[in-house]
Amino acid sequence: MMRSDVAARSSRPAPAPVFTRVARWSPRSRSQRQPRRRRLSWLRRLPVRLLLLLLLTIEIYPLIWLLLSSFKEDAEFSLRPLWALPAGLHWQNYVEAWTTGNIGLYFLNSVLTVFPALALILALSVPAGFALEVMRWRGRNLVLLLFLAGIMVPLQILLLPLFTIYFHLDLIDTRWALIITYTGFGLPLTVFLMAGYFKAIPRELLEAAILDGAGLVQLFLRVAVPLVSNGLVTVALVQFFFLWNDLLFSLTFISNDQLRTIQTGLLNFTGQYGQVAWGPTFAAVSLAVFPTLLLYLLLNQRVIKGLTAGALKG
Amino acid sequence: MEQILHNRRAIVLLMGPALLVYSGVVLLPIVWSLVYTFFEGNVIGGFHFVGLQNYRQLLSDAAFWQALVFTLKYAVTVTAGQIMLGLLLALLYVFYLRRASALVRTLVFFPVVLPTVAVAQLFAKIFAIAPQYGLVNAGLALLHLDGWIQAWLGQGSTAFWVLALMDIWRAMGFYAVLLYAGLVEIPAELIEAARVDGASGLRLVWHVILPLLLPILLSALIFSINGTLKVFDSILALTGGGPGQATTPLTLYMFNTAFSYGQYGYGSTLAMALAVLSLMVTIVIFGSARRDVA
Repeated sequence: MMRSDVAARSSRPAPAPVFTRVARWSPRSRSQRQPRRRRLSWLRRLPVRLLLLLLLTIEIYPLIWLLLSSFKEDAEFSLRPLWALPAGLHWQNYVEAWTTGNIGLYFLNSVLTVFPALALILALSVPAGFALEVMRWRGRNLVLLLFLAGIMVPLQILLLPLFTIYFHLDLIDTRWALIITYTGFGLPLTVFLMAGYFKAIPRELLEAAILDGAGLVQLFLRVAVPLVSNGLVTVALVQFFFLWNDLLFSLTFISNDQLRTIQTGLLNFTGQYGQVAWGPTFAAVSLAVFPTLLLYLLLNQRVIKGLTAGALKG
Repeated sequence: MEQILHNRRAIVLLMGPALLVYSGVVLLPIVWSLVYTFFEGNVIGGFHFVGLQNYRQLLSDAAFWQALVFTLKYAVTVTAGQIMLGLLLALLYVFYLRRASALVRTLVFFPVVLPTVAVAQLFAKIFAIAPQYGLVNAGLALLHLDGWIQAWLGQGSTAFWVLALMDIWRAMGFYAVLLYAGLVEIPAELIEAARVDGASGLRLVWHVILPLLLPILLSALIFSINGTLKVFDSILALTGGGPGQATTPLTLYMFNTAFSYGQYGYGSTLAMALAVLSLMVTIVIFGSARRDVA
């Protein structure tokens, strides 16, 4: 977990003094000053340690079980205890899930809808955030409020009108239906967060650039955008998780099995095979879980920061 | 300089596309949905005006009330679980783990990013009874607690708790981080002063820390209750709303009404009821908070 520490240090220099402040009034720092009490304090901390162990077991064991189970042959589930290690690496489960179960195709479909939508969200919301916080015009606050309203609205309200629109435009059962919906749905939070990042740029910096003769295009592309690039990546990451995990829109607008995304595909797959074929089901679930998990492990501090920022603003 | 930042054409070019797409995909459908509540029909059969018929139907629809009660019960249970466990975890991070807490925070947070369908499948297998026992039933068999072995997802009462457990498991790490961020912001001097005055343990938490944490606790509460009132993915993927109607929330009832039975008008009315419900709950929480502060 070195990586997370490094990431935390490089991206969040601020909390460091906070920790030392906390440490000053904590019970442990006092007991450290009295060495005789150390053993007692270790004993006192034992319940907390056990609690911690239990907590980590609850969080991690299901995933380990998932991974181990995905390598078992179907017969193993009924013949041996469920928590036993797999008898061998039964890769066949993965092959079956990927090909017969179409998980490979669903994966591709998700990539082909989520990434274009992500690109569109960023292309639209970065200029919008710039316009909202850097440019000077009347009605800015109203527009910002309008975007804010969209964060709280239940998705269910959008479904029927959107379905009607797409039906008349012949977009039902096309990737466009998802790309358009994802873009519109991702905008409010992204615009809002981007506006916040632009707001954080010191005003003097922008004024200096203008005095130096920068035009609007230069000011936007050369000065402002590079300064918010860190936030841009965070926002993109947050939206990636939202869109990648979308079930409702994909379920509503796509019924053609060839176009299903990973979530609806997995739902469909487990509906068809899930009851009997446990091995391939676990393999399919693993295929859906571990890429997101990997991305999270690589960029966890950024993901955590981005997702919680979204909650506090919303 | 002022001229550059007041450039109208530039503002339209920068703001226009986002506002246009947002209006088309989000704002217009909200209004459209409101209009639908006065109509009956669907895209294939066409629509006709029915006045307040959908709202009358809403009031006398037993399935709606059942879904509403389930939604409220579920939202209150899961929100309470998420916030309380999140708070306990946050206190654990700050008071016991301190500098070592980054790793634990990261690990407890991760279920948030996992796809719901995948998590639901995992829980379905953990609580399975057929074709073979899942982890829980197998564990009970091992401990000779055969009387406890049951179809956890096959009965409304236990399915409710499995669902609640899953959503709490998924989100408690998220709320822990949220509240942790609030806890480390509390000035050390305040807590030191309370310590000097003799407050410790539970009393310190209850009388000093919680009041200071209130603003962020409220944000977390509103976020959580808004999420759980709109629960859809977890339930669809784990129980499909069953057995029977037992675990059907408003969202799923709306979805089935609209897309299985083709009743767009009534479906929109249900969606509207949900929107009004979450708005009301948010306002009530805000309102009660203001009274507490005053």
